[in-house]
Amino acid sequence: MSRPERVVENLNRALHAHLAADPRLYLLGEDVEDPYGGAFKVTKGLSTVYGERVIGTPLSEGGIVGVAGGLALAGDKALVEIMFGDFAALAFDQLLNFASKSVSMYGRPVPMHLVVRCPSGGGRGYGPTHSQSLQKHFVGIPGLALYEMSPFHDNHDVLGRMLGAGSPGVFFEDKVLYTHRMAAAGVVDELFRFDFLDQAGEFARIYADDPGELDCLLIGAGGMTDRALTAMRELLLVDEIAVQLVVPSRLYPFDVEPVLPLAAKAGVVCVVEESTAGGTWGAEVAAVLHTRLWETLRRPVRLVHSADSIIPTATHLEREVLVGAATIRAAVKSELASRRERSLT
Amino acid sequence: MTVVDADTAQLGATALSAPADEDLDLLLLIRHFELRLLDLFTAGQLHGTTHTCLGQEYVPVALQPLLSTVDFVFSNHRGHGHYLARYSDPVGLLAEIMGRAGAVCHGVGGSQHILRDGYLSTGVQGQSLPVAAGVAMHLRRSRPGALALAYVGDGTWGEGAVYEALNMAALWRLPLLVVVEHNGIAQSTPTSAQLAGTIAGRAAAFGIPHHRTESVDVNVIRAELGPLVARVRTECVPLVVEFATHRLGPHSKGDDSRPPEVIEHARRHDWYARYREAFPERFAEADARAAARIAAVADECAARPPVTWQASA
Repeated sequence: MSRPERVVENLNRALHAHLAADPRLYLLGEDVEDPYGGAFKVTKGLSTVYGERVIGTPLSEGGIVGVAGGLALAGDKALVEIMFGDFAALAFDQLLNFASKSVSMYGRPVPMHLVVRCPSGGGRGYGPTHSQSLQKHFVGIPGLALYEMSPFHDNHDVLGRMLGAGSPGVFFEDKVLYTHRMAAAGVVDELFRFDFLDQAGEFARIYADDPGELDCLLIGAGGMTDRALTAMRELLLVDEIAVQLVVPSRLYPFDVEPVLPLAAKAGVVCVVEESTAGGTWGAEVAAVLHTRLWETLRRPVRLVHSADSIIPTATHLEREVLVGAATIRAAVKSELASRRERSLT
Repeated sequence: MTVVDADTAQLGATALSAPADEDLDLLLLIRHFELRLLDLFTAGQLHGTTHTCLGQEYVPVALQPLLSTVDFVFSNHRGHGHYLARYSDPVGLLAEIMGRAGAVCHGVGGSQHILRDGYLSTGVQGQSLPVAAGVAMHLRRSRPGALALAYVGDGTWGEGAVYEALNMAALWRLPLLVVVEHNGIAQSTPTSAQLAGTIAGRAAAFGIPHHRTESVDVNVIRAELGPLVARVRTECVPLVVEFATHRLGPHSKGDDSRPPEVIEHARRHDWYARYREAFPERFAEADARAAARIAAVADECAARPPVTWQASA
């Protein structure tokens, strides 16, 4: 069996396929045209094949998302690449007050086929304004769906779902994840396997050997996969704690149903994300789980995220701020220790 | 004050041409619609907010025959005239503003968020220009010859989105017609305090043709703009048209802090008084007709039940 493709190749192939299949689909973004092919090479080859529908734009994030909104309003479909997700702040008005509002504020459903792609996250030393995970700033906007790229979710399926939804979405793509490989055929590595909790394949579940063994459940955004797996490996092999990880494709609205049985079984749940502290996506997930499983959970849902800080540039400083495998492992151990203490008293 | 006097003298010297009946009717329909709105607010029958286009009604009326049904029109917060000029539907609009059955957007959008076929208004300044550029891009490919029109005010030129859109429209040769209703005031801030340079200069910076008109004569305006608008269609280039106009009423309702002489200056430029003076008999008849029609519309809307809306999932 050949090695699975890299995530960036999977995403590039997905964009090719969607542009080929739908002559009404446009892609806009800064420096997305060949030969450059985008700051992260996600759009490589697209402008050569799809010419006028792949548009390199001026540095105008708000304007680009507005143009994409106009195309969508007129019945076309549009993908926008924001070079660094941080710059989506410049397009916030178009997302908050136009694209997501237009779906419903005219009193009847108005379909808007629009996806804004945001390369996100740190770990590459790009500094405070090029390393953020802005997911939390888009949580809770009516009519705006948030998805995150993962190695378990084929990007063609995910983008197809987002473009077909009829309401706009933001797709968060962890920049480090681009270089990793997709997981295929239920195998993550020599230790972990994966399956899906739901028919649609939106909730990937990663476990070691025995899916029945479960001391703690992690719910993690796709970009956290590698760090969560590292923590899970050490927890299993060193600490003898069986942890499973659920990676949802869609972060918001968060559909809790497929996760409930596992969360109830584990009784201890941590939500892991790279966002800095405060008003996080994890807090939203926790609130939903608390409401549904208050009697069942043994501990409040633990939020695992980066520090309450800007993200520094120097590697060693950045590492101190960003959530890492060690943060996750420590959180899980502390939750389980608290549980044991409580059950002893 | 000397400026005002010179202005007024000049107005007297320029005789208005006779408007077509349908133009006069439409102008007066919009005027009475807006006056009625302010009355309804005063009477406590409307709540929320509204922005009337009193004094500016001739702008969309003049443009109406220059537009085709496949053109897409973007309006703004001061958009009742734009809507009525396009659809002559005072009942749907008033029902929308009053939240009554038959509202064109089920009472969800209200005065400044209207969507109907190729017409959309939004409440955030400048936001519509990039969206209009996107629609223009769509039209250029799927309906050659059609254009996207975006109405903005002079205050809107403070928003960065305007320049991003103008840049892209010029670069990509998009059939985008920007209509600026330059009424000299942004809410309470005079243009002199919020706009450096000129709108012409700003358009020129992007290499976009600009045309300014001072006339309120719908026939004159059409003759001036006809060939320019045709060029937007045939050559796929943007155009900025600037109307030197006058806001007669408050920004919203009862919030006019302008000195009396400034309001008086706007009144002297009002098309209403000038057409009445030039064509007294025809005007009086049309005026009475429009007033009666709007009175009936208001009564009809007031008698309707509240509009219902099923919040979409």
